[in-house]
Amino acid sequence: MKILVCISKTPDTTAKIAFTDNNTKFDTNGVQWIINPYDEWYALVRAIELKEADASNSIHLISVGGSDAEPILRKALALGGDEAIRVNIDIDDSYTIATQIAEVAKSGGYDLILTGKETIDHNGSTLGGMVAELLNLPYISLATKLDMNGSIAHVTREIDGGQELDEVATPVVISAQKGMAEARIPNMRGIMAARTKPLSVVEPVACDALTSTVSFEMPPAKAGVKLVDAENVAELVRLLKEEAKVV
Amino acid sequence: MVLIYLDNINGAIKKSSLEALSYGAAVAKQLGTDAQALVIGDVSSDLSALGQYGVSKVHQLSGVNEFDAQGFARLVADKATEGNASVVVFSHSLSGKALAPRVSVRLKAGLVTGAVALPDTSNGFVVKKSVFSGKAFANVRINSAIKIVSLNPNAFTAVLGAGSAEVVTTAATISSNVKIASVSKSSGARTLTESEIVVSAGRGMKGPENWGMIEELADVLNAGLACSRPVADAHWRPHHEHVGQTGVAIAPNLYIAVGISGAIQHLAGVNRSKTIVVINKDPEAPFFKAADYGIVGDAFEVIPKLTAALKAGS
Ligand SMILES: Cc1cc2nc3c(=O)[nH]c(=O)nc-3n(C[C@H](O)[C@H](O)[C@H](O)COP(=O)(O)OP(=O)(O)OC[C@H]3O[C@@H](n4cnc5c(N)ncnc54)[C@H](O)[C@@H]3O)c2cc1C
Repeated sequence: MKILVCISKTPDTTAKIAFTDNNTKFDTNGVQWIINPYDEWYALVRAIELKEADASNSIHLISVGGSDAEPILRKALALGGDEAIRVNIDIDDSYTIATQIAEVAKSGGYDLILTGKETIDHNGSTLGGMVAELLNLPYISLATKLDMNGSIAHVTREIDGGQELDEVATPVVISAQKGMAEARIPNMRGIMAARTKPLSVVEPVACDALTSTVSFEMPPAKAGVKLVDAENVAELVRLLKEEAKVV
Repeated sequence: MVLIYLDNINGAIKKSSLEALSYGAAVAKQLGTDAQALVIGDVSSDLSALGQYGVSKVHQLSGVNEFDAQGFARLVADKATEGNASVVVFSHSLSGKALAPRVSVRLKAGLVTGAVALPDTSNGFVVKKSVFSGKAFANVRINSAIKIVSLNPNAFTAVLGAGSAEVVTTAATISSNVKIASVSKSSGARTLTESEIVVSAGRGMKGPENWGMIEELADVLNAGLACSRPVADAHWRPHHEHVGQTGVAIAPNLYIAVGISGAIQHLAGVNRSKTIVVINKDPEAPFFKAADYGIVGDAFEVIPKLTAALKAGS
């Protein structure tokens, strides 16, 4: 079975969020980049587990981005991907990104295409669904569990107020979230092996961006905390009722 | 026409869909056109009453009662095309996340998910959305002829007016490649993203056996329950209660954090809450900086008192 895992580069979770160029660009100054946690902890690690269970499975990684996405792909290779593809275009329109991934996937013969449920910077939750529609494949979103039985994927996904177990024949696109796997750290052997694993760069296909980011804003600052004495919780209740009007 | 897709959860239309409905009606007004809703499957309530939210027509596609992203996306896209929709609105809910991207591709229509405000239509169509897990907003322009917006739950208040919608019911079918083998309900869970009040607790509670007082507080407030990541990782609480950057992102009217330090990754998922109350025994806990109200004290003493005070006052 061939698995394609979509990898996005995102700022570290502790990165300072600030903007430059008149609030039109994210300030990358001093920012550490990581693999988007949903892509890494859940999608990629589950793919690695499937490969550990059946060595005939192979894992390809894809990232759409500039050359600065390569260290992230190397890290994903160190965790356990077999080869990586970078589509050479740096853009934040998810339709364009999905189009590039679908283009590569078309000729790749993948049985599973895995993504994280969203990236922690754009919070789009769009990529998996778009790739699935472009390839005319079923899409199981927000999956918490994935097991294979031959060419049938058994996928548990979150639904309102519970869980649903789906059975679907491959090829299928799945977005992963918490529950799917446990985070891992790459070991020295993986890091060494990653250096020589294939990482190919392909040029993008033409695509009209459907969206573009105009500007960023920070939320209004809080006025500061009002402390209430621990012996006087009734005062807190009064404030919540009369001042904040939330209870 | 602005078309609003309504999530049908076992025959019921949820609050987040009603917010989307009001939002779509407001967008239609802004564009000088009318708003119509689409619901797939059988619904137990009277759909014409949805006219109160500002829609003139409700299209109901009956006979399809099992959600399938691929099949549903086709039905929504076909309805949008048939009605010549210029804008399609979804709720950024579980099914919205599965559907909107597919409809976007089918209609070649730019999609902004997680919208938090009405679009700015003074110069094109620019939508404000939450980014960086609630730490910032982006204003995103949609360049295509048809626009798709999915609205964050709790970001727009549903407004009730007078009015009744014409209901047009037609039969539909889909063929699905996905077989639903089983469905399990989590017991008593209020949908977290929809809760107006959320009571959340962290490692300060020491162990799962101490959650009774947290549940009681949530009960008097009719609140949803949440927790910090280490609490879910240690299996003190189920994963779906984990809020933060790598869990669920929420924006309730009131968020009460008990025994949670307020790490940046935790704040990321909750800082869009309108009012934040922090109860922590450590006055230096970073969470106080992000809070509106705080009590420095031992949760084991403060929480039962707070529950009692709320009970007394109601
Ligand atoms: C990549 C990454 C992603 C992450 N994503 C998330 C996420 O999505 N969500 C999340 O929550 N965390 C996340 N974390 C973890 C985060 O950094 C913190 O470790 C976590 O939020 C701490 O949880 P806590 O506040 O419950 O525990 P602690 O930090 O241990 O804090 C416990 C608090 O309880 C207080 N306390 C103790 N006893 C009492 C008492 N009797 N009464 C009152 N207060 C008391 C203490 O003063 C302390 O402030 C992430 C971390 C990383 C690295």
